[in-house]
Amino acid sequence: MLVLVTEDELRPEEAIAAVASPRAGAVNLFLGVVRDHNKERAVRYLVYDAYPEMAEKVMREIVTEACARFALLDCAVLHRTGPLQIGETSLLIAVSSGHRAESFEGGHWLVNEIKKRVPVWKKEVWANGEEWVEGPESLGLQQAPASMR
Amino acid sequence: MTVTVRLFASVADAAGCRRLDLPLTEGETVAQVRARLLERYPQLGRFVPVLLYALDEEYVADTAVVPDGATLALIPPVSGG
Repeated sequence: MLVLVTEDELRPEEAIAAVASPRAGAVNLFLGVVRDHNKERAVRYLVYDAYPEMAEKVMREIVTEACARFALLDCAVLHRTGPLQIGETSLLIAVSSGHRAESFEGGHWLVNEIKKRVPVWKKEVWANGEEWVEGPESLGLQQAPASMR
Repeated sequence: MTVTVRLFASVADAAGCRRLDLPLTEGETVAQVRARLLERYPQLGRFVPVLLYALDEEYVADTAVVPDGATLALIPPVSGG
C-alpha cells in the first residue's frame, strides 16, 4: 500500500510500481486533473489544503476497506497539495487486481470515498476572486454518524 | 491541561491562524472547547452548522470528551480529489 499527501508533482509510474504484483492481471490508473472551469466559471488555478496526518490515515482506512470489498491486490493513493495549475494531477490512484472488473470497480469506489471522507480542501482562484469549494457534495459525511465516517 | 486546535481552508482563513493552544479543563467536551474558541474568534460561528470534528485524527461527535494534550481539528466540508 502506498498512501501519500505531498506538495510535489505526482508521478503515475511511481503509483504503478507500488501496486505491481505477479498475481495481478490488471492495473487501473486514475488521474484527477485540474480543469479550467467549474460550473461555467473560468478557473485560473486551484490551491489544495489538507490535514496531512489525518488525510493519510483516512486514506489507509479506505484502501484497507477497498482491498477487502473488491478483492484487490494492492492500492496506491496520492494527493497533491498547494497551488496546482490547469492540467496538473491533484489525485493519483492505482489499483491492482487479478482481473479487470475488480480494478475498475475498486478504483471507482476509492475515488468516491476519498472525495467524501478525506480531509482535503480545494480553493478555486478565478480572474476576479477566489472561493473554497465546500459544496453540498461534501455534506454527506456531515449527516453520517461519527462511527460511520 | 491544554488542547491544540487546528484549522483548515475557509476556517483558517476566517480565523487568520491554523493552529493554537487553548487551556483545557478536565472532562470538557468538543462542544465546550468550541464555545471557548468562538469567544476568541466569533467570526467562526457561521461555520458551526457544517463543521465536523476530529480528535487525534479520528472523526468524533461534539459530545466527545477532549483528553489532555489532544489535537482537535475543525473540519469544514471536504472537497479533495
